[in-house]
Amino acid sequence: MKVASKVYTFLVFLFLYAPIFVLIIFSFNDSDTMSRSVFSGFSLRWYARLFEDRMIMDALKNTLIIAVVAAAVATVLGTVAAIGLNGIRNKWVRRMMMNVTNLPMVNPEIVTGVSLMLLFVFVAQSLGGLSLGMLSLILAHITFCTPYVVLSVLPKLRQMDPHLYEAAQDLGCDPRRAFFKVVLPEIMPGIVTGMIMAFTLSIDDFIISYFTSGTTQTLPIYIYSMTRKRVSPEINALSTLLFVAVLFLLVIVNLRQARDKRAQERKEGLES
Amino acid sequence: MFFLRSIWLGAIATGICLLVGYPLAYIISRTGARVQSVLVMLVMLPMWMNFLLRTYAWMTLLEDNGIINTALATLGLPKLHMINTSGAVVLGMVYNYIPYMILPLYSALAKMDHSVIEAAQDLGANQRRVFTKVIFPLSMPGVISGITMVFVPAVSTFIISKMLGGGSNLLIGDLIDMQFLGSAYNPNLGSAISLVLMVLILICMGIMNQFDDGETRGGGLMI
Repeated sequence: MKVASKVYTFLVFLFLYAPIFVLIIFSFNDSDTMSRSVFSGFSLRWYARLFEDRMIMDALKNTLIIAVVAAAVATVLGTVAAIGLNGIRNKWVRRMMMNVTNLPMVNPEIVTGVSLMLLFVFVAQSLGGLSLGMLSLILAHITFCTPYVVLSVLPKLRQMDPHLYEAAQDLGCDPRRAFFKVVLPEIMPGIVTGMIMAFTLSIDDFIISYFTSGTTQTLPIYIYSMTRKRVSPEINALSTLLFVAVLFLLVIVNLRQARDKRAQERKEGLES
Repeated sequence: MFFLRSIWLGAIATGICLLVGYPLAYIISRTGARVQSVLVMLVMLPMWMNFLLRTYAWMTLLEDNGIINTALATLGLPKLHMINTSGAVVLGMVYNYIPYMILPLYSALAKMDHSVIEAAQDLGANQRRVFTKVIFPLSMPGVISGITMVFVPAVSTFIISKMLGGGSNLLIGDLIDMQFLGSAYNPNLGSAISLVLMVLILICMGIMNQFDDGETRGGGLMI
């Protein structure tokens, strides 16, 4: 049984990683024909080409700008919304509001993309001659990121002892000070999680960007336009770099979590 | 036509994800803490790579002169025609969305109290009975959220069908795409199809949520 489950795990992971390894191997392919299936020697030339490619670099820049702005705005909006939602006393109203918040996450992405596009085109036309671009992309990304921030902040608010906020006020804080000194530090882990989530969702998003971008290129859109032609191995080089970056980040996060956990266990051990 | 094909292929992909993902989630949930966190990370890692790139990689694998066929040829086996079939579309769906099935299943199974299983065994249930009467019912919230998280994107996809299905396996998403940014420009029809798709999926979700207590879904699974 143990051997069987090891083999099974190995097979599923092989399925999950085979395409990724193929991408990585062919990013080092030394061939002029841009062949996708014949490996003819090791070279780093596609990596060199990648950094000279203005289109890719511009697309990367756009993607990062959009992700940073959208994540920042969505974090503020989502946190404020979560605090408001948490404060609603009427159970029925709160349930309603929660359902409305969750709707964009349940909705198929293509429907969200199409409806945002129609909205933006309508507004742009009534304002006269504006076209879709960076602004509409940023607005669209804020829209689909915000619910995820709400969802990661709300549990932290629920866990918090409501008396803390009252105690701070009893001790002479005005509500604003009490919020920044007491509530905000308590819910900070949720806010950070939400912000990371918003950032990664925004970087990775293709479907909604595809409908709301106009002629502006983001990285996923550029990749899509490349996959429709004969693709240059530059794309493989790019994906290899992204993969290594993500792997690196995840390993760091995991190591830190493990270290924190150990530190906490040690502390608890000392106290008892 | 488009609707039926989308729902049919999406349902098959969801079923395969559940059948393949459940044993893996169970195996992961039964390993030691250290291995467990590494395996969970390995399940999530592909999700962090752009899905267009991963689907594109499948194109290079499945092509008629692709890597799998080259490997078959060197082994002296006959070539297989894989790309541009509905099978390839289902494969793409399974590949892209299976982490969304494994992760909720895993978190439901990992939360489960192991002594309940032992209790069932002590009371004389055999392995199959333990699974059907104890493990599976307790993992139901994970199954439900896994099914919804795979089925919704699978039904509404248009990239996978375009890249792996050629022109002959178009889904409802492709139809919507064509009305707005494609050849058959007709935003009114596109909006109508989108609305129908949305209502259809909301109905599915509503039915699904009847089985769920509603607190555990979404959030935290992405990271």
